[in-house]
Amino acid sequence: MATNLELTRPVVIADLAPRPSRLATIGAFIRTKPLGAAGALIILAMLAAAVFAGVLAPYDPYHGDYAAQFARPSAEHWFGTDEFGRDVLTRILYGAQIALFVGFTASLAGCTIGGLLGVVSAYTGGKVDLLLERLMDVLLAFPQLILALAVASILGPAVQNVVIAVAIPIIPRAARVVRATALSVKEHVYVEAVSALGATHRRVVLQHILPNVAAPYIIMVTAQLGSAILAEAALSYLGLGAAEPTPSWGLMLSGSAAAYAEKAPWIALFPGIAISLAVFGFNLFGDSLRDALDPKLRGR
Amino acid sequence: MRLYVTKRLLLIVPTLLGVAALVFFIMRVIPGDVTLLILGGDQAGRIDPAQIAAMKHQLGLDQPLLVQFASWLWGVLRFDFGTSLWTGQPVIQELLIRLPLSLELALLASLVSVVIAIPLGMLAAVRQDSWVDYVVRIVSIGGLAIPSFWVGILCILLLVIYFGWGPPLEFTPPWVDPWANFQQMVWPVVTVGYRYAAVTTRMTRSTVLEVLREDYIRTAFAKGLREGVVVVRHALKNAMLPVITLIGTEFAFLIGGLVVTETVFTLNGVGRFVVDAVAHRDYPVVQALVFLIAFSFVIVNLLVDLTYAWFDPRIRYR
Repeated sequence: MATNLELTRPVVIADLAPRPSRLATIGAFIRTKPLGAAGALIILAMLAAAVFAGVLAPYDPYHGDYAAQFARPSAEHWFGTDEFGRDVLTRILYGAQIALFVGFTASLAGCTIGGLLGVVSAYTGGKVDLLLERLMDVLLAFPQLILALAVASILGPAVQNVVIAVAIPIIPRAARVVRATALSVKEHVYVEAVSALGATHRRVVLQHILPNVAAPYIIMVTAQLGSAILAEAALSYLGLGAAEPTPSWGLMLSGSAAAYAEKAPWIALFPGIAISLAVFGFNLFGDSLRDALDPKLRGR
Repeated sequence: MRLYVTKRLLLIVPTLLGVAALVFFIMRVIPGDVTLLILGGDQAGRIDPAQIAAMKHQLGLDQPLLVQFASWLWGVLRFDFGTSLWTGQPVIQELLIRLPLSLELALLASLVSVVIAIPLGMLAAVRQDSWVDYVVRIVSIGGLAIPSFWVGILCILLLVIYFGWGPPLEFTPPWVDPWANFQQMVWPVVTVGYRYAAVTTRMTRSTVLEVLREDYIRTAFAKGLREGVVVVRHALKNAMLPVITLIGTEFAFLIGGLVVTETVFTLNGVGRFVVDAVAHRDYPVVQALVFLIAFSFVIVNLLVDLTYAWFDPRIRYR
């Protein structure tokens, strides 16, 4: 019919804009999210400090020089020395290793376990969902500090044990967020379609649900990184984290730092700046990443 | 609505039961025998086994674990949390000595931060991407990044160095001497409140931003209302829901998280009490405190959800 001819007329399709190169993507991120780029810069500096601590650090982090107790910040000791004559700058550089280790492992472990539980909860539904939800409620209501105290008492105060204490409270939070997303993904028609085509539960979950909850999972991991570092510092400060003489930032602030505050304020000053700067960097970066990944906030 | 409230109240039961079981058994797994600690010295062999057994019997620790758990739960139902293994005083009485301080700290910190945070968050949202916005954002992200115990240490450091002031050892309730109480509480409140205010400011900013893009805001501007009226009467009211949630959940966390601040300022509050109790293996005290913290957490969460329904008539609960 004549009326249909219009539609069959060939249409010239304009060339698609070329896919931006990786460098251009990074460039765009820096331009549109200067605060996020600043955060990334802080994270990179921290990574460099952790990796090259052995090269950069001018002194030994564990053995002090008793002749140089409470040395003021000077050319030899930029950030001064503590009550054992240990160089504060050196210990801060080594402390980056611990902060990053605890931050990444706790955040990844907590979000992964929580995320998997959330997916299982949402996909299985019914009694399993109900039971897991109650379990998450219990974990959420249980005070983190008591948990950390118990972990430290049972397993002993050590860096790898503090990871457990920091990771557990992350689990219910991640489970909630991922469960909510998985529930909405599950309702999509394509999931129904692949199920009807005979895909096994395993295949549906692995191939179709998991990739679709990746965005909230990544957002959660980056968001929890900063708070995990903060939690490690607080637990070490209370003596429930790393044990002396480990150069943990939180531990450096505990006990002696306050006692010698009048005499040597730099002992309390610099580790605190290090913690704040690290968490600040991760939060800035995480915020911008969320803005970039969350379609609701895009273009703002 | 009534059905929803009933359902939520019923769901509290398994959660609290889970918390109770968890804390009960965790405390029993922690190494260290409370009877040995009480009898003084953990050098095994020095103390007569008969004496230990007598002590265990006296404290009721020789019964099977499940029996102990059941009798504790039965007590909790009658609001009887038992007596401290160390002081022999009822746990509730010990708690009431320390509760006013922690409660005052938590309430003041939340009050101060809400008063500061909501206007600031609003201002940042209305003047998005201006220097005001950038300052507010940086200061508030800083509040999340700076550890509160370090803020506390810095406060003490400055006060000690410049004013020769040290934190007093005894807590003065506000009804005894308001000025002394103020002097004692102002820095802990600043320490706790900064973080609290930071979280609330960020939430206010982002929700107000979201609401400001709604159609009815454009309509309100189009019919010629002044900016102030639109922001306060139209936007803020609708942006408050997530903020209320956050204030509630943060408050619930705060009750459980005062330990660090109380340690820095050597305040004898609930937080310190629970840490000492774990160290002493004072089972009834730890169990009671964890149970009560979890209880207040659950109740505050429920109240927050109900406020939601009250504020937003569109929300219908099943």
